[in-house]
Amino acid sequence: LNPHVPAPKEESALTLNRRDWLKLVGGGIIVFIYPAELAQAQDRLPSSYLRVGPDGLVTLFTPKIEMGQGIITSLAQMAAEELDLPLSSMRAIMGDTAQGVTDPDGGTWGSLTTRGAFGSGLRTAAARARAVLVTLASQELSVPRDRLVTKDGYVIDSANEQTRVSYATLAGGKNIEAHLDFTPRPKAFAQFTVSGKPALRVDAIEKVTGRAMYTADIRLPGMVYARILRPPAHGAKLTSVDTAAAEQLPGVTVKQVGTFWAVWAEDPELANRALALLKPVWDLPAAGPDEETIFAYLMGRYPSAQTVGQRGSLTTGEQASSAKFEQTYYTPYVAHAPIEPHAAVVTIENGKVRVWASTQRPFAVRDSVASALSVSSANVQVITPFVGGGFGGKSSFSQAVEAARIARAAGKPVSLAWTREEEFFYDAFQPPSVTKIRSGLDGKGKITFWDYQVYCVGDRGAALFYEIPNSRVRPWRGPGNPANTFARESHIDAMAAHAAIDPLEFRLAHLRNTRMRKVLEKAAALFGWQPARLPSGRGYGMACGEDAGTYVAMIAAVEVDHQTGEIKVKRIVCAQDMGQVINPQGARLQMEGCMMMGLGYSLTEEMHFKNGRLLDLNFHRYQIPRFSWMPQLETALVENNTLSPQGGGEPAIITVGAALANALFDAVGVRANRLPMTPERVLALMQIAPTLAVQPPVRVGDQVRVSWNGGPGIKLQKCAHMPPTGWQDVAGTEGQTSITLPLSDQSAYFRVIKP
Amino acid sequence: MNEIIDFQLNGQPVHLNVSPDRRLIWVLRTERALTGAKFGCGIGLCGACTVLVDGQAVRSCVMTVKEVQGKAVTTIEGLAQGEKLHPLQQAFVEHDALQCGFCTPGMILNAYGLLRANPNPTAAQVITSLEDNLCRCGAHPRIVQAVLSAAENMKGGAL
Repeated sequence: LNPHVPAPKEESALTLNRRDWLKLVGGGIIVFIYPAELAQAQDRLPSSYLRVGPDGLVTLFTPKIEMGQGIITSLAQMAAEELDLPLSSMRAIMGDTAQGVTDPDGGTWGSLTTRGAFGSGLRTAAARARAVLVTLASQELSVPRDRLVTKDGYVIDSANEQTRVSYATLAGGKNIEAHLDFTPRPKAFAQFTVSGKPALRVDAIEKVTGRAMYTADIRLPGMVYARILRPPAHGAKLTSVDTAAAEQLPGVTVKQVGTFWAVWAEDPELANRALALLKPVWDLPAAGPDEETIFAYLMGRYPSAQTVGQRGSLTTGEQASSAKFEQTYYTPYVAHAPIEPHAAVVTIENGKVRVWASTQRPFAVRDSVASALSVSSANVQVITPFVGGGFGGKSSFSQAVEAARIARAAGKPVSLAWTREEEFFYDAFQPPSVTKIRSGLDGKGKITFWDYQVYCVGDRGAALFYEIPNSRVRPWRGPGNPANTFARESHIDAMAAHAAIDPLEFRLAHLRNTRMRKVLEKAAALFGWQPARLPSGRGYGMACGEDAGTYVAMIAAVEVDHQTGEIKVKRIVCAQDMGQVINPQGARLQMEGCMMMGLGYSLTEEMHFKNGRLLDLNFHRYQIPRFSWMPQLETALVENNTLSPQGGGEPAIITVGAALANALFDAVGVRANRLPMTPERVLALMQIAPTLAVQPPVRVGDQVRVSWNGGPGIKLQKCAHMPPTGWQDVAGTEGQTSITLPLSDQSAYFRVIKP
Repeated sequence: MNEIIDFQLNGQPVHLNVSPDRRLIWVLRTERALTGAKFGCGIGLCGACTVLVDGQAVRSCVMTVKEVQGKAVTTIEGLAQGEKLHPLQQAFVEHDALQCGFCTPGMILNAYGLLRANPNPTAAQVITSLEDNLCRCGAHPRIVQAVLSAAENMKGGAL
């Protein structure tokens, strides 16, 4: 954003294309909302607008969509606050591309809705709408403007409260064009009565009664349900398909639609049967990577990375180090797995295309559908009903383009709802990541250098907020804060353990950033943190991070089952500084949701695959968090009302993996450098190092001392690889309890075995 | 071959001439326009399609319409009395026990089945009962609170 672009003038906002707007919206008072960066753009579409209707209700027309994150409530709070309206008088039309709005963010993602230009624009516009109402009331009541106050949908003469007029009356029966000779300012946080107060979801009643409509619930006259013939593996090519049996089913149409074959029928189960009767022959792809070989495969393709952050000299840092650390961290493909699979309903009439889509990007859907059908975007309307979970996965939308192609081929309205198997198969997974970190400590426990390289998931969350004199950060592609935070915070913990410094103290010793310090201190206070050297055996782990402008710190308590390797998460405490909080209730909901969802990528979630085939296509194999996993969850919002609202949907998920990995280390003294920490992996790590049997290596001069609970016949083995394979006996350790090794073995794994 | 299937649906008699092996979820959604039962997985793993049959929570995606012959089916649309929410629905609203809402009908109806069998469940029993209903948004703690609160408000009364 360019903060120097002036905000649009009132006149231009209120007079722009007003005939078109008024025709479109149907009257009342309309105030347009322009994000700052579009003010000077050629395209003058507003990002949203507010309509004060003749019924006294205020409707927000916004490009944003509701997928559970709760902006249907918090955006209404923001507007109601400025308008001095009860929340119950607000309505929202969301994600409808035909309402004359555009999306400055390109979608509902990145925790951008509230923190971005959109949110501040909404408040400004609502303040403007109130000013228009006051101006109109001043004429209506013959009372000077500065004597008028607004409350609960009325403009009231402060000198005589009986003299009042409702917003409904002011807006009733007319299309209003108003000019302001001043720019009203949104309220200060201290004045808030609706924003900043916990509000229950405004969509709850619809959702508990079944009235809430999701895309697959849309039913149109003459609509058919379609299914598409899918390949068994990514990269498979269709060589032939025998459609005879399917075509014999009455009421079924089988047709090639561009690059794919589709079947459709008025009965969705009939379409399913027809699909099952297709006899395709596939040319399968050559051998490809699987979930184990993917890391080497990807690293081979991304051999180098550019440096985005650098400070001091790594060489200087290395020379100042008395201990060096080198570790590689891994995260796998993780699915979004919303409970609602992708769906789209498309109808085409007289060249006008109407699409209902389960999507986070209705405007991109519009343009892609238009392109696929070779029609103008102006002839495509995308309507976004409630979205049954997105998490970023519904930023991709091929189902809508598929449905549009089928609708044209069928000449009928089409409903295309993906099955769970299609949902997994075509998910835009969080990509696997490899993060290499080299670092060092001086003799006083201060970090001397930090050399950070992340492959495949990008730099979101890679930026260094710790005070380290010598550092380099080299990212590669895509969103990846959970992976970056897992790597960084695990590595920080490993250094704290080595330095025998309490992990909270170690972090604070390297932090000047007051927001980060505050969230850490808040989380520690809420948790009841008592300093201890790692591993303490208590099973406590902490992590902190920054995402979408929000600072988050998390402390987890776990128990580890020594027989099964299962990590049972008992409690998670999360403290977050997200600037001004519009809806504290909604913010906590998002934090809790992040913590619950975060258990999945930390403990179980990993897509297994081989040669283009995905092996986890439904919930019996792909395990997402369940009720029995539920830890005690505690949330704290660290007050920071001088900062505008920051992101809320994603920050608290980034720290879960590292907090749990660090808690695992604290519990049993083994460090998981790869997510998820499945029972099998944890058990393998623990067998490598039975409970605290091998102490963390300690630096002695140019060497490290490794000690363990030895005994007759017990010997030490080491391994340099992650995941640990290729164990080697360390010579001369049988029957001993310690040994001194070259520094280069510092990052290796150690285990004791009894032959 | 179609058959005549008669059952009660949200308190009203239904008389259908349908293929008896059709899944209940699709009969409800396409023949009766009741879309509160959601398709989530298709093989009974997620619980989004849960409805009540004779007061018991079942997975409508794996149940045939023939199996409800002569029985009473309740969907989420039939739970409230007019505009008056069922205590479970009310509790879900008051506890913010939902986010995207897609799993919510199944959660509420599963909880209904639980409370019918066990009007005063412990938190552990609620958790066990809801274990196979999946929620991706992470509303779990509030769902458990809502069910316990509804049970308390109903004071063990008949459902």
